[in-house]
Amino acid sequence: MNSIITSAVLGVIMMFSGIFLKKNSSIVLLAILAMVALLAMAILEMSGFHFFPVETHDMLYFDVFGMFFNCIAFAATLAFFLLSGRDIAAIGHNPGEYFALIFFVLCGISIASSFNSLLMLFIGIEIFSIPLYILTGSDKRNLKSNEASLKYFLMGAFSTGIMLLGIAFLYGASATGSFFLEDLGIGKNAGSPMMMTGLILLMVSMAFKVSAAPFHFWTPDVYDGAPTVVTSFMATIVKAGAFIAFIRLFKDAFGDLKHNWQIFIAILTFFTLFIGNITAVFQQSVKRMLAYSSIAQVGFMLFSILGLNVMAQEGILLYIAVYSLATIGLFAILTRMKDFSFQAFNGLARQYPVAAFSATIFLLSLAGIPLTGGFMAKYYMIASVMETGNFFWLVVFALLCAAVSVYYYFKVIQAMYFKEGPSQELELSPAFNVLLISLALLIILLGVFPELLIDRLHIIYI
Amino acid sequence: MVPVLLIGIPLLAGLIGFSLKDVVAKSWSLFASLLVLAVSVTGLCLAKNSTNLQFSIPWMGTLGSRFSIGLDGTGQILCLLTAIAFPIIFISTWKEDYKKARNFFGLMLLSEAGLMGVFLATDALLFYFFWELALIPVYFLASQWGGEKRIAATFKFFIYTFLGSLMMLVGIIFIYWHTRNQSFSLNAFYQAHLQMTNDTQAWLFWFIFVAFAVKMPIFPFHTWQPDTYEQAPTAVTMVLSGLMVKMGVFGILRWLAPVLPVGTYEWGDTVSALCIIGMIYASLIALRQDDLKRLVAYSSIAHMGLMCMAIFAINDIGTEGVMIQMFNHGINIIGLWIVVYLIEKQFKTRKISELGGIAAKAPALTALFIIIVLANIALPLTNAFIGEFLMFSGIYISKATAYSTVFVALAATTIILSAVYMLNMVQRVFYGPTNVRTENAVDIAGYEKFVLGLIVLIILVVGVYPEPLLHLGREAVANLLSKMYIKH
Repeated sequence: MNSIITSAVLGVIMMFSGIFLKKNSSIVLLAILAMVALLAMAILEMSGFHFFPVETHDMLYFDVFGMFFNCIAFAATLAFFLLSGRDIAAIGHNPGEYFALIFFVLCGISIASSFNSLLMLFIGIEIFSIPLYILTGSDKRNLKSNEASLKYFLMGAFSTGIMLLGIAFLYGASATGSFFLEDLGIGKNAGSPMMMTGLILLMVSMAFKVSAAPFHFWTPDVYDGAPTVVTSFMATIVKAGAFIAFIRLFKDAFGDLKHNWQIFIAILTFFTLFIGNITAVFQQSVKRMLAYSSIAQVGFMLFSILGLNVMAQEGILLYIAVYSLATIGLFAILTRMKDFSFQAFNGLARQYPVAAFSATIFLLSLAGIPLTGGFMAKYYMIASVMETGNFFWLVVFALLCAAVSVYYYFKVIQAMYFKEGPSQELELSPAFNVLLISLALLIILLGVFPELLIDRLHIIYI
Repeated sequence: MVPVLLIGIPLLAGLIGFSLKDVVAKSWSLFASLLVLAVSVTGLCLAKNSTNLQFSIPWMGTLGSRFSIGLDGTGQILCLLTAIAFPIIFISTWKEDYKKARNFFGLMLLSEAGLMGVFLATDALLFYFFWELALIPVYFLASQWGGEKRIAATFKFFIYTFLGSLMMLVGIIFIYWHTRNQSFSLNAFYQAHLQMTNDTQAWLFWFIFVAFAVKMPIFPFHTWQPDTYEQAPTAVTMVLSGLMVKMGVFGILRWLAPVLPVGTYEWGDTVSALCIIGMIYASLIALRQDDLKRLVAYSSIAHMGLMCMAIFAINDIGTEGVMIQMFNHGINIIGLWIVVYLIEKQFKTRKISELGGIAAKAPALTALFIIIVLANIALPLTNAFIGEFLMFSGIYISKATAYSTVFVALAATTIILSAVYMLNMVQRVFYGPTNVRTENAVDIAGYEKFVLGLIVLIILVVGVYPEPLLHLGREAVANLLSKMYIKH
């Protein structure tokens, strides 16, 4: 409960900060402090300190998995603020509001990571979707940003409709007329056509939220049109939040029926990996390439829903942590660049060795090269599915796709290190460089000792 | 302690190297590599089963992986080779000016650390880590300091090997789930096949074999090799062909044949056939090459093919031959590369057709080179003769295949072919009339004589008295084969 209430309150505070604070830098500072406070609350909650004893009538259920995810998401947001806070404030004229919206998104994510009832799932998803529609269009004078916002809103509204329809079906199919997760997959209607219809509709709407193919069509356009900082946030923390809701729903509600629906997830995974990786190869802009790469990464994350075991739970958290950190770091560099084409990266290593080195680590991690966290994350995903003994063909296919992904990630590395380019002026302060390099080192640390993170999941607090 | 130092020294020295000045980086890396050599020789002098040769601490507890490394027979020869090779590489390219030399030498040392790790790891996940750690510095080295088409060529190399290693990763995870206590340790892996059906072993074999086949390379996974060798700077080519290809042979010896014995028996003939095709094909192409680097590259494919074949003979003579030949091939091919490098440095060309008559002007270079060439075509009294003789006898008396006579006959033709293209090359480069380029040729400098002389010395000593090296491998071979005698 700590995270939900604190993030909402902080959102309100940030919204009014614009009245009292005139300078952008002070608003950014306030946002960073607020984020630290929120992270502290989440960590305290995980350690057993609950400050807001609210009776939720079992609508929300706070387990270590969800709370730990909140900590990871908030820590990633903190890194995001530290790296790109200045760029968020520079989107338009109302910096306080952008931060407020981000805090509301985090509130939605905390609900989506702890729901125990379909109603709360719906509310959580809506709470983090609506601020995002606004954030996407926050670059008001830019036509592309407006277009992206409208597109996202229309598609989002559509998927919301589908989700409601699915919830209605499931409600009807449940034995006692209940929205609670534990009542959904049991009783005489378990596996009945009505229930399966509801389940698949929910799966479709969740696939839309995490941008799994073939429900990904909005992603490239929205990611490309939105201001780059917002894209960074959407592609990492928001996507992770939606994904946690996805895995929670299918683990807690439909885990026993997994033989009925796993094949659909497998098909989703197949298409997501295929479309994400193949299309990313042909992109001319790094921003769009990262949009498609984020689709491709979802393909790997979907393995955790196929695996649905302890290893999958551990793995998805590690995956989210390293994927978010790497992508946030890359976008932070990208935001500072004027041109998003691959050529713009030519010769970057000579001029900005620190940024180029960090970007290389981020890219290696996204590609899943050993010694980086990305490798261990992919390892967990694959191993969790192989433990179940099914879907071996999908594992092999995923690895072929991983080899393809090397192609487009390495194109950036090649541009930075092996090609010559004109010198360019980027505003990379020493503090920014230090942050980048610490993110990179953190990713390597998680790649060598992933248990530093994963063991937290198994500590039992009293 | 010894294995820790073998990995730790180059790793630390490499990381420190990145922060040094360009001028001192070269001496620093030579110093570090000599230190590694000293440690490696110390390791040889220690008693077998000494606790100093093993090291193991918990690493990823819940996954069942330990950071365990150990120096034993198979790895020892290759560690020694690596430790000898790096100082030789550094000295022979001493005069080369690299842009951003500190990065170059830092990456070189990192790749040495990765190679050492591959040869020392006794934990499958750790092995996989080092396998990639050796690859990545080499990729950066080749694409930053290489020739004109370096980016495309080395990228092809990277994608090939990366895809191969991913396949191996699937294989490793699959075996992991079949070990008794979910462990990645080598011993657990050696027991895992008892839990698998023969059919499982048969298909699993290919998942792991592909990674090693790409590395060696075995036909049809070899297409990255000539381009990469040609485009990489010579120092890196030496690492690639002298040391990294041995990772493939070593991988089969330690991580494939004893882990999946049934699969190895079952596919032995297929793999041998691929090796034969590759050997003959590469030898024929080598006959027609005009570029010295490509010629050596193709000759290397032929030699590696024979080693791979000899492993699948699955008997002690053949495997002992492979052990000693891994060392010999590493030394010989580095010698060849040094000469190619010296020629290119002096005459600014690698084209055989543009060279000629060097012998009269550079007698020392010629004399040393001819011994290396003779070793490469396995003439008696040179080191490669011992290895190839053992390997051929091993294949000939092999009980694992019904076609041993055919295999030996076909493989032997490549020995003749190798004599043809190597001697032809010597004749056209070193003898005959001089031309504009080679008129003013000068002989090699003192330190270059020293390096080549050292290589020739190793060639002759091992060729005349191979017993110490054979002894080193013998126990490992017996150990290995004991895991492969299974009931049919």
